Amino acid sequence: MSAPAKKKLRVATTSLAGCFGCHMSFLDIDERLFDLVELIEFDRSPLTDIKEVGECDLGIIEGGLCNAENVHILREFRARCKKLVAIGACAVNGGLPAQRNHLKLAEILEEVYHTSPGIAQGLIPNDPELPLPLNKVHPLHEVVKIDWFIPGCPPSGDAIWKALTDIVAGRDPELGFGLLHYD
Amino acid sequence: MSEKFTLDGQEILFRAGQTIIQAAQDAGAWIPHLCYHPEFKPHGSCKLCTVTVNGRHMASCTTQAAAGQVVESNTEALNGERRTLLQMLFVEGNHFCPSCEKSGDCKLQATAYELGMMTPHFDHFYPSRPVDASHPEVLLDFNRCILCSLCVRASRDVDGKCVFALSGRGIGTRLVVNAASGRLVDTDVAMDDKALSVCPVGVILKKRRGFAVPIGERTYDQAPISEVKE
Repeated sequence: MSAPAKKKLRVATTSLAGCFGCHMSFLDIDERLFDLVELIEFDRSPLTDIKEVGECDLGIIEGGLCNAENVHILREFRARCKKLVAIGACAVNGGLPAQRNHLKLAEILEEVYHTSPGIAQGLIPNDPELPLPLNKVHPLHEVVKIDWFIPGCPPSGDAIWKALTDIVAGRDPELGFGLLHYD
Repeated sequence: MSEKFTLDGQEILFRAGQTIIQAAQDAGAWIPHLCYHPEFKPHGSCKLCTVTVNGRHMASCTTQAAAGQVVESNTEALNGERRTLLQMLFVEGNHFCPSCEKSGDCKLQATAYELGMMTPHFDHFYPSRPVDASHPEVLLDFNRCILCSLCVRASRDVDGKCVFALSGRGIGTRLVVNAASGRLVDTDVAMDDKALSVCPVGVILKKRRGFAVPIGERTYDQAPISEVKE
């Protein structure tokens, strides 16, 4: 009797306070995408344009948390994905957005919208639809449990491929020399 | 040089007076370290070089080699403790590798690669540490300081000056510049001072030299830190 066909892993991805560079790097796995779609199927992701995350085996999250909506989406992912991966420097340690953390949020908004040159009678955006910024930018693991991390800015296509194939095979991802990078 | 100890089962010959890490380095064995540097007196503060000597935890940079010692270093338990030390160093400062000129040449980063640190794990402090750009040729970015004291020792012991010092205690310890103004430009630092070339991370940077070496050709792009001779 032949073994039952393997069920594809259902995977959701999103970019929070990130630049989509990690998603671009994910596409750098190039023709291996054909191998990958034999193993996984996508739920919510910029690649599918599905807006709500469903029940998933794996959630892959790029970017840190800079506003209330980021936190909301992260918690949805945690609730609906069995395992979560933080991908890229921003998700792992806050990255570039977190370099505002030593400044007061009010002073940043003041400078960006009121006092910087070229802004006449600027207004700090206050539309109720806009998510409120957090006082500090945080990496994902400071708010929910993250199961695995893929550092890098962005991690290379090869690093992402190695980590994903490890995860699909049921192993903890390991990135050796040349693949593990924080930059 | 006939007496020996074992390091992870390998026999290491040593001269009288050598520390464990000195003898190990002479024999080509790598013990992770950050505040140790072969040209300076040991400081024993980073604790990354901690090994077990006959079962007891000891800093290998301050423990003298002795005949018959059974030293273990490259074990999963010790490397796990070292990863935790590295994680604490990463969250205590502001270590944003993508925007750091020292990336690829940084011993903190390279050691974390070697020990497989995938996440800083702890909550970040995100301290506020203003940079000192007062000097026309040198930038000090205190955000990345790991308090190894190598610049302090180099300035004091080699340059015969006291340009740098560690001030404060415990979690309040910080690197300071020895001038009434606290600014590097008001010190007697000179460009050929040893103190300007020993920083293992990206605190002491010579201006207008950043990113001169492309990614892929930097020190630890070429080989892991365990294989790079110091």
